[in-house]
Amino acid sequence: MSQETARVNESIFTPFNVISGIIIIAGLIVTVLRFTKGLGAVTNLDNNNPWGIWIGFDLLCGVALAAGGFVTSAACYIFGLKRYHSAVRPAILTAFLGYALVVLALHYDVGRPWRLPYPIFISQGTTSLLFEVALCVFLYLSVLFIEYSPAALEWLGLKKIRSMIVKLTLVLTIFGVILSTLHQSSLGALFMIAPSKLHPLWYSNYLMVYFFVSSIFAGLSMVIFEGTLAHRYFHHKMDETHLKESKDVAFGFGKAASFVMMGYVGIKLIGISIDNNWHYLTTGWGVWYLFELIGFVALPAFIYAIAVREKNLRLVQSASLISIIGVVLNRFNISLVAFNWQLPSAERYFPSWSEIVISLFVVTLGIVVYRFIVTRMPIFYEHPDYQHDN
Amino acid sequence: MGISRRQFLGFLGAAAGTTAVSVKKSEAAANKEFKGYPGSFGVLHDTTRCIGCRKCEQACNKVNELPLPKIPFDDLSVLNTKRRTQQDAYTVVNRFVENNEGQPVFVKSQCNHCLEPACASACFVKALRKVKTGAVIYDASLCVGCRYCMIACPFNIPAYEYNNPLTPRIMKCTMCHPRIEKGLIPGCVESCPKEALTFGPREKLLKTARQRIEKYPDKYIDYIYGESEMGGTSWLYLSGRPFKEIGMREDLGIQPAATFTSGPLATVPVIVGLWPVLLTGIYAISKRKEKISEEERIEAVSRSVAVAGEVMKAKLAALKDTMTKEKEAAINLEVRRALEEAAKKSESEQQAESAKDEPSDTSKEDK
Repeated sequence: MSQETARVNESIFTPFNVISGIIIIAGLIVTVLRFTKGLGAVTNLDNNNPWGIWIGFDLLCGVALAAGGFVTSAACYIFGLKRYHSAVRPAILTAFLGYALVVLALHYDVGRPWRLPYPIFISQGTTSLLFEVALCVFLYLSVLFIEYSPAALEWLGLKKIRSMIVKLTLVLTIFGVILSTLHQSSLGALFMIAPSKLHPLWYSNYLMVYFFVSSIFAGLSMVIFEGTLAHRYFHHKMDETHLKESKDVAFGFGKAASFVMMGYVGIKLIGISIDNNWHYLTTGWGVWYLFELIGFVALPAFIYAIAVREKNLRLVQSASLISIIGVVLNRFNISLVAFNWQLPSAERYFPSWSEIVISLFVVTLGIVVYRFIVTRMPIFYEHPDYQHDN
Repeated sequence: MGISRRQFLGFLGAAAGTTAVSVKKSEAAANKEFKGYPGSFGVLHDTTRCIGCRKCEQACNKVNELPLPKIPFDDLSVLNTKRRTQQDAYTVVNRFVENNEGQPVFVKSQCNHCLEPACASACFVKALRKVKTGAVIYDASLCVGCRYCMIACPFNIPAYEYNNPLTPRIMKCTMCHPRIEKGLIPGCVESCPKEALTFGPREKLLKTARQRIEKYPDKYIDYIYGESEMGGTSWLYLSGRPFKEIGMREDLGIQPAATFTSGPLATVPVIVGLWPVLLTGIYAISKRKEKISEEERIEAVSRSVAVAGEVMKAKLAALKDTMTKEKEAAINLEVRRALEEAAKKSESEQQAESAKDEPSDTSKEDK
């Protein structure tokens, strides 16, 4: 409490506020340009490269890195790993904000954003994997909102609605896992329609499995990484249970991530064998592929294993960061780098400054809202009124 | 099968608000082949006849009411650089390598109007659809502008109005669908001075193409491009040069694009059906484990309580035993000590009696 009052007395020009303020202003300027001059004025997209980082980063990475929500709630409520209970709320909050921002970012990218509900309510293109993604993201965003709402309702003191929603926890968790399985994998399957454009090393009939499995360790790593940052900046908000369990969460999730990543490397190799793509590994693309698979999946998996064995928290946290970069790299490779690989380099895509500004803008908005919520609502601690009914 | 497939494609563009037609995902993977709507139209492009005059581009621009380009259509210098279809150019002619006779080869490109279009299969609002005339047409009133059709198109044809901020459309050749419905032929075909383009029912065009190859085997490569590419296209091409030398990909395969995504789509209902069972099962198992471990804990506690009781009893008994023994020992000791003392006393008395006159001894006894 004392720290909160101290903050009020501080100048509002803290480094955080200044940097995020600049990014938000820049973002608003680009927003105006986007909706007055069109995508052509602010992006480097063209007819050969219709998808840029607003899809490759904001959508694909945003959804993958928000997987911590379904992974953590499944671990706690379905698999019965109760000792991770204190990690559920932060993970659900991040997932909810992540998905909300994914949808926000889509408003910039699509031509007529007010028509985003069309595939669900007006004209259902059921033959499209994008339809499947749209439906699941819409439903899952709603599920995440409900899953997150008890924290807000406790803050607002609405006990009755809160206790009704808490009773839905298991059903919502199962629903969330189903929806996540479907759209995490479908995001990968989106690219299966274009085997002639995606490099054979990244194109696979297993793309959907790869996307789903990598979303699991993306989610696990995100929970660890986010926990690291939260401890640094919101330590005073955490209750005893949270502080006591957080080490367990890091080691437990690190161990799980290590296993899943090893399995992922295994199924990637199976994919190469089945398509007999070994000969591509000796090309430049092959080197880039191995850089991604060995440097950013196998290596962090190994680091996780060592760190968990030696109970080295710092090392687990480093591994989580490398894993997150690995997932981002993978999504970039599939949607941008290895996509249209046969086009001459002059016709390839590279993001413009404005595109990067909007991506940063969206991430910054997420951090600002996250900070607003965790400093007010019971995210890192249990509300004293509800301590015993979880 | 043919009918259901036809329904599927026909309904792709069903009017807004109608209920969704659930598509049988297994269809595409089945051992069936869709060879286009019977009697549907196409265009045969004989590249050996094309002279690169750009009359087709001009006609296309006119019938589709597209903005006039900065460089006029009779300026052939644009052929020096390779071009693709754009939002203001549904068709473009490119010049390629010299042929055997030292002449350049010209190739017109536009939407190929696939029999099973990748773009229509990719569209999540059914804004693109294949119609019975053979055309793949677009409905801007449904389009969200996601550009997934552009990702999906193996020929890189659809273009987008990137500079339109609020109502951008996908722009591409319509095979002059409105003209065909009026009984006219496509603008480009009509304008071609060299009959490099032939409009007609696709089946008939395939025969024509085969006849030409047979008649002039030296002039043509023995292949009709578009007969089976990506499941077949309504536009067909003849060439005197290998197709990959004239900018056309030979590695697209003969599978319609829908078959690439039918597998992933087919897993959706299975996951919806299976996951609740699997997840509830895992929950039940973890719950049961919890319950059993709780029962075991209670049992273990009560057992250890019982065992502890026994041990305690034994200990108590042993303690009692030792205590009684100690007591006895103490009594014995006391008795012995008393006896010894008594013995000592009688001894000292005897000594006192023997030495009665010593006063110091008497004072000692008083203490």
